[in-house]
Amino acid sequence: MRAVLNAQQQNRQTAFKAFVQKEIVPHAAQYDREERVPAELIEKLAQQGYFGAVVPLENGGSGMDMITLGLLNEEFGRGCSSLRSLLTVHNMVTSALLKWGSKQQKESWIPRLAAGEVIGAFGLSEPNVGSDAKSVETSAVPSGDYYILNGQKKWITYGQIADLFLIFAQCDGKISAFLVERNTPGFSIEPIFGLLGMRASMAAVLHMQECKIRKENLVGGVGFGLASVASVALDIGRYSVAWGCVGIAQACLEACLQYTSERKQFGVYLKDHQLIQQMITEMITNVKAARLLCWQAGYLKDTGDSDTVMETWIAKYFASITAMKAANDAVQIHGANGCSDEYPVQRYLRDAKIMEIIEGSTQIQQITIAKYGYHGGML
Amino acid sequence: MQDGRTRIKAFFGRFFHNVELENDQDIFAMGIVNSLFAMQLVLFVEKEFGITIENDDLDIDNFKSVNAIVRLIEQKQVSRSEA
Repeated sequence: MRAVLNAQQQNRQTAFKAFVQKEIVPHAAQYDREERVPAELIEKLAQQGYFGAVVPLENGGSGMDMITLGLLNEEFGRGCSSLRSLLTVHNMVTSALLKWGSKQQKESWIPRLAAGEVIGAFGLSEPNVGSDAKSVETSAVPSGDYYILNGQKKWITYGQIADLFLIFAQCDGKISAFLVERNTPGFSIEPIFGLLGMRASMAAVLHMQECKIRKENLVGGVGFGLASVASVALDIGRYSVAWGCVGIAQACLEACLQYTSERKQFGVYLKDHQLIQQMITEMITNVKAARLLCWQAGYLKDTGDSDTVMETWIAKYFASITAMKAANDAVQIHGANGCSDEYPVQRYLRDAKIMEIIEGSTQIQQITIAKYGYHGGML
Repeated sequence: MQDGRTRIKAFFGRFFHNVELENDQDIFAMGIVNSLFAMQLVLFVEKEFGITIENDDLDIDNFKSVNAIVRLIEQKQVSRSEA
């Protein structure tokens, strides 16, 4: 058995690399410093069809298979994790609607999401709720032809610019999912600045005060918010983040291979020092292993195999701790230079730390994957 | 659809050892279903029986027991062949 990209996947990977290298890599440090990405770049992503990655061709999307989606996320992760996270959250909302949206919701939103005319954002986390998703405090009370939403969402990636939010709220004591448009009365946004990593992810707090939405904005039925709608979204989000982590680790490896080939200490290049070689070997091996785990998860998605769910958890877990280790070693290898924003490795380290927290923290991953093993998943 | 019941129970058996599932047993009342398993179940049923679970199928009654799942599958397969 040999894991090989087909010709179309290879061609698309080449195109992704070229786009990221030209349009993103030269500016990623600036985006990190300024804590924003420019609208002109988002427009370029739309023109490339990246916002329609998970949408079938017949619905106006790019119709990417899951491996190709992974390659896209790896390249963006290599260039700029903040931009990769834009694709992630947008695809989370799109995927949830593709699977569980009503006919009217799909017709109304999918073409515009695919074209990037509408940017989607995922609203689950709250000031008091992270890993414990079933304890969301935002409420949705039925009122005639409407639902009235009250509550807050926090750490919402690209909340500052998104047009359509997928919001999870308690409705009659059951978690349910709702579409909320940006300009809905009672809905307001407060930007978040000063993040440790993914600083250009334009995160926000969402405030809902007597926010009135039409009943048709319910997605998937009352009580199916977590088990159905969020599950689909979080699965694709986890998958996207896993590949993005491979990208971070790959970026660290490339930075270190270059740096250690150019810098000398004690009369020899750093690459000739054995303890440097040890760290490089760890990076190479772990990047390859993480990529293969992501590949496996993607292959199972493309074949509709239910094993993809746990394989995606495993891929995200390993890829995120790999990114963290690679970035930690990359800064170490770069020495004082690694602590300066003249070099990208400090940004990779800050971004990698965020990867260990989002889409299922490392600790939640460990608990869940162990349970899977004890329930016979490895037999 | 006895074969379908056997296949569904075998799927459950992969995740819940030492659980003898009766055909009409309420799997939600057993406390063994979480959102992770719910997604795995949907993917399994779709691939194993060649159907697509859609928005209109999201009803607890469609998934609450082995017999309920089999009824949903049979209904979807009939709709597909009539389409």
